[in-house]
Amino acid sequence: MSDLLEEMTVKALGLNIPLSVQLDLTYRCNERCLHCYLDHNDKGEMTTAEIKHLLHEMAEAGVFILTLSGGEIFVRKDFFEILEYARRRLTFCVRLKTNAILIREREAARIRELGVESVQISIYSHRPEVHDAITLVPGSLKRSLDAIRFLKSQGLRVIIANVLMMQNLADYPGVRALAAELGVECTLDPTITPMMDGDRSVLSLGIAGPALRQVLRDSTLVGEVDEFCATPAKPRESELESTPCSAGHTTCYVSPYGDVFPCVQFPLPTGNVRRQRFADIWRHSDRMNEVRSIRMKDLTTCSSCTHAGSCTRCPGLAFMEGNMRGPSSQDCEKSFARTGIPSANMLAKKRGDPNLVQIRTLPVPALDSRTGALG
Amino acid sequence: MSRLYVARNPRVATRGLGDETMIMSGRDSTLFTLNQTATILWQSADGKTPLDEIVGKRICAEFEVEPAEALEDAETLARELARHEILQISEEPIPNQNFAGESR
Repeated sequence: MSDLLEEMTVKALGLNIPLSVQLDLTYRCNERCLHCYLDHNDKGEMTTAEIKHLLHEMAEAGVFILTLSGGEIFVRKDFFEILEYARRRLTFCVRLKTNAILIREREAARIRELGVESVQISIYSHRPEVHDAITLVPGSLKRSLDAIRFLKSQGLRVIIANVLMMQNLADYPGVRALAAELGVECTLDPTITPMMDGDRSVLSLGIAGPALRQVLRDSTLVGEVDEFCATPAKPRESELESTPCSAGHTTCYVSPYGDVFPCVQFPLPTGNVRRQRFADIWRHSDRMNEVRSIRMKDLTTCSSCTHAGSCTRCPGLAFMEGNMRGPSSQDCEKSFARTGIPSANMLAKKRGDPNLVQIRTLPVPALDSRTGALG
Repeated sequence: MSRLYVARNPRVATRGLGDETMIMSGRDSTLFTLNQTATILWQSADGKTPLDEIVGKRICAEFEVEPAEALEDAETLARELARHEILQISEEPIPNQNFAGESR
């Protein structure tokens, strides 16, 4: 993040303004990626008019960066109408996330004309047999790469998003080389997200153990390995007083059905824009305010963990694991793979200590508003 | 001395944040923030009102600044923003532009 954006984020935090929102326009998709966390059936997407109304409310609430994602955004026939409205009428800074297989020259030119800030495209491998076996769409790699070239020829900023899993573990150097050849940026993410309904079976696709360690110790990815993998320093008092991440603080997520969550990876429902104003949900939702109230020092297990100051702990993944104040085992794995030092959560599990994750077994309703735990 | 006209580039992204304005350049995604005074200039940059009039009627009316000094500062700022394609400047009134940058 640039210094100025960081400065603006701090200011937005102080003013309680949702600086950045991801809006999924649809969960429908023309790919069927093995690791996807979404149910692709349409269960009543917002209409064009509803989305335009929401965009107005978001602009009024101060949202500046609008990420349009899905599902696949281009399967919506009104996509360009929505994009044009967001850019021309409401002057959002718009970022797109797409598989790009429906982007040809004409679409690329229109995206450029509408002044989109960046287009993030999922690429799993530089080899069609690997990429297409993940998307389950033959020819999808070629179409996505063609789209990248069309977008680049328009002078657009393109970012390849490379999600890493067992199926494509060996291919990230190839993807990075491909990105360099295409003149685009490339991000690598070894996080597989559980299904939004809580089903964790897709996690088995994720990399762990020695494979994860190898990735996190690759100097082409992390720079100075010794520094990146150093024994973590004891967290400072200021770190324990800080907020765990921007979810619910300066960012949030809206589903195609109008549900508002702290983040796309944090499925705690806080309200629905079909029934409430966006700003009212943002400012007054008890659940949103509960998320906001949490400081590092409040985290069960994690606040006393040696990794507290350097861990990438995701509160949404912790929530999906059972408790938004609890640990996120996937991030414990990453901290361990990086440093070789087990997290407090891993040590507790080894000792067989009772862990708040066991709150899942308590006879609570489907969603407990006090703890935010999934039942 | 010729008058200067300023117009917002419709391709940029913009939003108010407190008393400031955030602007993302459509050319290279550079983020800018405008302070309260610069925000007034930005909001008044309709392509029709000369810069000296914006300074006299909007900026000097709101802040205790010496008009000549304020105009000089405003010109410097306008040229800097124009350099980043956030504002357009001209010695003639600037027609309204559509999103693709074409006059209409």
